[in-house]
Amino acid sequence: MVLYRVLSSSPNKPANALQSTLLNMQETIREPMVQDPTQFDVLVMPNLYGDILSDLCAGLIGGLGVTPSGNIGANGVAIFESVHGTAPDIAGKDLANPTALLLSAVMMLRHMGLHGHAKKIETACFDTIRDRKVLTKDLGGNSKCSEFTEAICQRMKDMD
Amino acid sequence: GKKLICVLFFSQLSRVVGAAKNETPQSRTFIRGIQTVTLIPGDGIGPEISNAVMKIFEAAKAPIRWEERNVTAIRGPGGKWMIPPDAKESMDKNKIGLKGPLKTPIAAGHPSMNLLLRKTFDLYANVRPCVSIEGYQTPYTDVNLVTIRENTEGEYSGIEHVIVDGVVQSIKLITEQASKRIAEYAFEYARNNQRASVTAVHKANIMRMSDGLFLRKCREAAEKYKDVKFTEMYLDTVCLNMVQDPTQFDVLVMPNLYGDILSDLCAGLIGGLGVTPSGNIGANGVAIFESVHGTAPDIAGKDLANPTALLLSAVMMLRHMGLHGHAKKIETACFDTIRDRKVLTKDLGGNSKCSEFTEAICQRMKDMD
Repeated sequence: MVLYRVLSSSPNKPANALQSTLLNMQETIREPMVQDPTQFDVLVMPNLYGDILSDLCAGLIGGLGVTPSGNIGANGVAIFESVHGTAPDIAGKDLANPTALLLSAVMMLRHMGLHGHAKKIETACFDTIRDRKVLTKDLGGNSKCSEFTEAICQRMKDMD
Repeated sequence: GKKLICVLFFSQLSRVVGAAKNETPQSRTFIRGIQTVTLIPGDGIGPEISNAVMKIFEAAKAPIRWEERNVTAIRGPGGKWMIPPDAKESMDKNKIGLKGPLKTPIAAGHPSMNLLLRKTFDLYANVRPCVSIEGYQTPYTDVNLVTIRENTEGEYSGIEHVIVDGVVQSIKLITEQASKRIAEYAFEYARNNQRASVTAVHKANIMRMSDGLFLRKCREAAEKYKDVKFTEMYLDTVCLNMVQDPTQFDVLVMPNLYGDILSDLCAGLIGGLGVTPSGNIGANGVAIFESVHGTAPDIAGKDLANPTALLLSAVMMLRHMGLHGHAKKIETACFDTIRDRKVLTKDLGGNSKCSEFTEAICQRMKDMD
């Protein structure tokens, strides 16, 4: 598969559109990604490159703790998942951040066509994070997982 | 007096020229004072940025004499593509080279020039120091790392074949010899440049035999350099962490493809290929330093180019040759000019000409004396 991107003529800044061309990953995608990721939309690629780029891009938005993921299979199978680790050191202590799994579940709802519910849950989640009052430790706060969860639930009750 | 200076110079040089530790430096050229370096200006903006570097070196009174050569590929006897004999001869004699950007002709069968150079001089290590530049702001600050990429094999061996229609296999070649060589170079570099740690970047969990071999050789090399800390990290983890906090990284060593990717990624962190230096270390003491941006044909000949990448590569070259004083002087003048933000080329956010930027750097060095 191929990647199309608009290039500038300057060797230094991949800014303005002058010509569009086939790009290989080795050339300039790495550099522009960290300089201006907003220029990218959907990227499709083979296995290894995807392994690398998907983690790289997760890093840009805050890491595996907030990144959703979906796996599409044959026969209509689809499995959505959080891609962070099991965090054994905080397991069972009500300290975990459920955002990655929640956003993956939102992705799942969209895949199923349940856009209304997806939007509602996603908005409640993002608003809670934006508000910065009830955040788990990794997000910079000191709330419990259950408190963060309750805050999101409360927002949705308030939406109704 | 002079003899003491020569001895100190020599020992300093031996300490720094890590890759050639088994070779005897050409005493006649180093100790005499003036070292001849092969200069390959290249295409597009190549000639003008090369002129900028020469001008700056002159103002710095660097003991370098330039020997210009062209490396347009030619067909040798037997129809094999090669670099011109006078270019090869010059590099073999001088050992050290500085190169601008080369365009690869689209003619059928014409090889990549960079590939040709790599094969001719067995340039096995591509080294890119990535240091944040004050005055040229990026979303990342305090970046100070070095990527060391194995440049002869790995995923770029060029061995591919069709199994059946629609099914293609590509061979990733990892050898003990190349892995050992790059690993030892990385540790030697770390030691000679006072770097605290070397991290091997790999995916040996997936590519157990190939990356496994590479990793093993890194571990073995680490045993010989106990003064340098050694860690291992999966490539995807490195990328994830790199964009969140690049300050945690120091020297990174890795096979070809990962190095190709990471070196450009890291260049992006500090501002792109227009400001990133690069060095290629070869066998027999050969080292070619080069800017890795393109030829920028649209601005060629218009006095608009930014010579920073080539200049910083030349500074890297001076350090490789043990000329630390001159390296520091030129580098400081360059960084101070950029930090000052008064005379900057367009890509750096200003509207000065290449010649004005060059002159500003030269002036700073005159003021330093």
